[in-house]
Amino acid sequence: MPTHDVVIVGAGLAGMRAALEVCKAGLDVAIVSKVHPSRSHSGAAQGGIAAALDNVGIAERNMPPAKISGENVDEKVTADTPVDWRTMEGKPAYEVKNDSPLLHWFDICKGGDYLVDQDAAELCAFLAPQLIYEYEHWGCAFSRLPDGRIAQREFGGHQAPRACYAADRTGHACLHALFEQVMKNAKKIKIYSEFLMLDLILRDGVCGGIVVYDLRTGQLDVIRAKATIFATGGYGRAFSVTTNAFASTGDGVAIAYRNGIPLEDMEFVQFHPTGLYRLGILLSEAARGEGAYLLNGKMERFMQRYAPTKMEKGPRDIVARAEQIEIMEGRGGGPNKDYVYLDFRPIGEKRIREALPQISELVRRFVNLDPFKEPVPIQPSAHYSMGGIPVNIKGEVVVDTQNEQKIIGFYAAGECSCMSVHGANRLGVNSLLEATVTGYLAGKSAVEFIQGGAPLPDLPPDATARADAELKAILNNDGGENCAALAKELKETMMEKCGVFRDEDNLKKCLAKIKDLQVRFRRVSISDKGKTFNTALQDAIELGHMLDFSEVIVVGALARKESRGGHARLEYFDMKTYENIRDDENFLKHTLGYKEDDGVRLAYKPVKIYKFKPEARKY
Amino acid sequence: MEQVIFRIQRFNPDAGDKEPHFQDYVLTDDDLPLNESTVLDALNHIKWYQDDTLAHRMSCRSAICGSCAMRVNGHTKLVCRTQVSSVVRDGVVTIQPMRNMPIIKDLVVDMKMFWDKMQAVEPYLQPSDPDPEKERRQDPAVFKQYEFEATCIMCGCCVSDCTVLEVDDAFLGPAALAKAKRFVYDDRDGKKRERLQKLSGPGGIWDCVRCNECVQSCPVVVRPMDAIIKLREAALREGIGTETVGARHVKFFTESVVKTGVLDERELPMKAMGMGWALANMGTALPAILKGKIKPPPLGRHKVEKAEDVQRIYKELEEKK
Ligand SMILES: Cc1cc2nc3c(=O)[nH]c(=O)nc-3n(C[C@H](O)[C@H](O)[C@H](O)COP(=O)(O)OP(=O)(O)OC[C@H]3O[C@@H](n4cnc5c(N)ncnc54)[C@H](O)[C@@H]3O)c2cc1C
Ligand code: FES
Repeated sequence: MPTHDVVIVGAGLAGMRAALEVCKAGLDVAIVSKVHPSRSHSGAAQGGIAAALDNVGIAERNMPPAKISGENVDEKVTADTPVDWRTMEGKPAYEVKNDSPLLHWFDICKGGDYLVDQDAAELCAFLAPQLIYEYEHWGCAFSRLPDGRIAQREFGGHQAPRACYAADRTGHACLHALFEQVMKNAKKIKIYSEFLMLDLILRDGVCGGIVVYDLRTGQLDVIRAKATIFATGGYGRAFSVTTNAFASTGDGVAIAYRNGIPLEDMEFVQFHPTGLYRLGILLSEAARGEGAYLLNGKMERFMQRYAPTKMEKGPRDIVARAEQIEIMEGRGGGPNKDYVYLDFRPIGEKRIREALPQISELVRRFVNLDPFKEPVPIQPSAHYSMGGIPVNIKGEVVVDTQNEQKIIGFYAAGECSCMSVHGANRLGVNSLLEATVTGYLAGKSAVEFIQGGAPLPDLPPDATARADAELKAILNNDGGENCAALAKELKETMMEKCGVFRDEDNLKKCLAKIKDLQVRFRRVSISDKGKTFNTALQDAIELGHMLDFSEVIVVGALARKESRGGHARLEYFDMKTYENIRDDENFLKHTLGYKEDDGVRLAYKPVKIYKFKPEARKY
Repeated sequence: MEQVIFRIQRFNPDAGDKEPHFQDYVLTDDDLPLNESTVLDALNHIKWYQDDTLAHRMSCRSAICGSCAMRVNGHTKLVCRTQVSSVVRDGVVTIQPMRNMPIIKDLVVDMKMFWDKMQAVEPYLQPSDPDPEKERRQDPAVFKQYEFEATCIMCGCCVSDCTVLEVDDAFLGPAALAKAKRFVYDDRDGKKRERLQKLSGPGGIWDCVRCNECVQSCPVVVRPMDAIIKLREAALREGIGTETVGARHVKFFTESVVKTGVLDERELPMKAMGMGWALANMGTALPAILKGKIKPPPLGRHKVEKAEDVQRIYKELEEKK
């Protein structure tokens, strides 16, 4: 039975960054990942990673002057001094000439429709430059400016060109830079590759490690640790059209939830405006940044209606809703009028080859179209999970409504966690940053915890019992339900009824459907009973996870009777101005969903606001 | 395409299989639109609705994670970006696991050897100066010198199709060598010479036979063989490994062509492998010479017509360098 100081589940940017922090302190660390580390989904990120390096000037890129508004007049107020946002006094808007962490911080808060915990966003914005330089020192293959500094470009919702990038392969460049460092420390970092985590070992509020299933041998085992960090990534796979990998099934989120830990703000799912039609394969926002047009079935640049100044360069949630309205109102393209087009032709062939090499290759390979010659069918696709396992700014998992009650020895980082950096809507290029920052923080906190003398918790005698029962329930089942067919029903229902736009009626139908699927799931049977690479068994386990957390998404969405950021309810949406109707008085608060025997119990927790006073989110 | 037969190589140790065997699965347009489907879509459909015992790896399904490499009609490809329509031959698509690596189950291979070789080239930046406060500056022109190799997704396609690895386990192989090139050509790295010295040893850059298979099968833009050639150039420039068989081969090859306008294939083995080797192999060579299978070593070199042109071209190229 292996034992380590720290066990980290997940080998994306968050997991590997955390591992390096623990390794640096000379502690014994292990990474568990269901796919080989270099296959983690962070590698698919295209557009960039944000940091206010100010390598490229705002004026240099002909961007409109940047403005900060609503900044607290009392400059002494910090995260530790509680303030009531209702009585807070904000300064009028003022212009800034250069990029800075302060401006980045402001952009995050506004972009997140003020549901952002401002202390988390502050940390992210201010730690960003040093962590990006660190990637560079590790050899990350960033694109360069003529003078040799890291190149930066603009991205939706950021008022300065602050996306550092490696052509359109930024995630790949960062992931491999980290993996190279992990290989450099191969003797100190133990990797359990292709091990599926099935359960958390948790007793009396103390975490003592995890239960894993070795995909290669079919062995069930526990990995004991003084500190456990979840970095298991997002859960876009619960939707039928998604940019996420097959592995993004929200396992960590579901496992935490089953262990009595609440999930925070799950109803906030970001839909990316430019996923390939039906497939969801991402065409980076950089395409619109470079000047691609969005066209409807009548070949009109429909953004004229929704964001006449920003046009295609508006923030993701706004563009995704515009597309959805075009489709809902019958102006989509194709025989079913269920998609719109992304037109690359205005960018010009030369620039496409230079700045978006991967994208044009994707279009050719996957839909067999020539992006230089014709517009490409696209649709909003589930992309990013703003919600997740609640953590404080040290990455410690907290389970109450006051951010005080911790699970001892349990941390979360990256997309599976919710430090609420992104609030109700994440800006592009901020999540690679968030994964890096939260990974770093969780690693650092785990080190402090252990160096402070944390003991190895006793192993409960029945640690593997639940996981063992879960495996047997599937392996010994002859109920006859097909796992893939059930998964398809779930994903299509989530897409249709809990997608870009939601409404009470559809959400209720969606919830009923999930309940029904949860019952039918107990009759899922598979014919592979083997121990070696039984991926049928893995598929079934992952579906079980998706059925659990999907319920939290829907219940949270039903209760949130407003529209904010990525959560848009038709009942609270102005179809004349195409704007979200936000209700700060009642809903400027985080949702927490706890697992109870009969479903989800909701509670709410206040948002940490002390620097920027909530204002209408207009671009 | 109304129907396609997917002929899949199966091997399931749990079912008591000792040897791999083929199993046919039929998909029709009613199952999924074959004209718009990738080979991965087809495999998934088979797994999800026909036979869930089939095992294959996948994750991103957008050609970036490197999980889904396998052989389609004999050539290693990422199946997530391979359209069924582009590989179907007489209604059949044949799918097998990667080569040069042991099979675990069906289409899943054990990539340990791949990662070990990668680890062997010290695949991480080793600067000799302390980290500056901000970024190390790098000329975009230098960045371009290793940009392509840095896009490697570690899928294993090149290693699967490598003809040297087929006969020689000791060869570092195209993926690891391409990764090494990425550091040798990155001016932030401080270990260029040491790296080149190590890479010039047995199993290194001189063991590639330049069959070009890796360039053909690489799904991104790495072109491993070209990277190996670049490493050879860098090594020779640094005066490293000039006495290896491969380096002597290259040296004599060039000399012979420049001097005489042709490659003297009789003298090449002796120059490359050395006189000792030539003598030791006399037992094989003599009867062959007597039977007229090979020509005896030359007594003098003869020049071909217009050899001066070759010399002129060579000179021009040298000046251009
Ligand atoms: C197509 C695409 C493009 C994107 N582009 C950008 C961009 O340009 N800029 C940006 O900032 N963000 C981008 N994002 C978002 C960003 O990539 C992710 O939010 C971020 O990479 C998440 O990192 P992570 O470390 O949390 O998780 P991941 O990288 O997803 O890693 C999750 C890890 O957890 C492991 N794991 C999961 N479950 C288990 C289990 N049960 N047992 C064992 N291991 C498990 C997996 O094996 C994996 O190693 C993009 C996302 C997508 C989908
Ligand atoms: S599934 Fe990721 S490369 Fe094919």
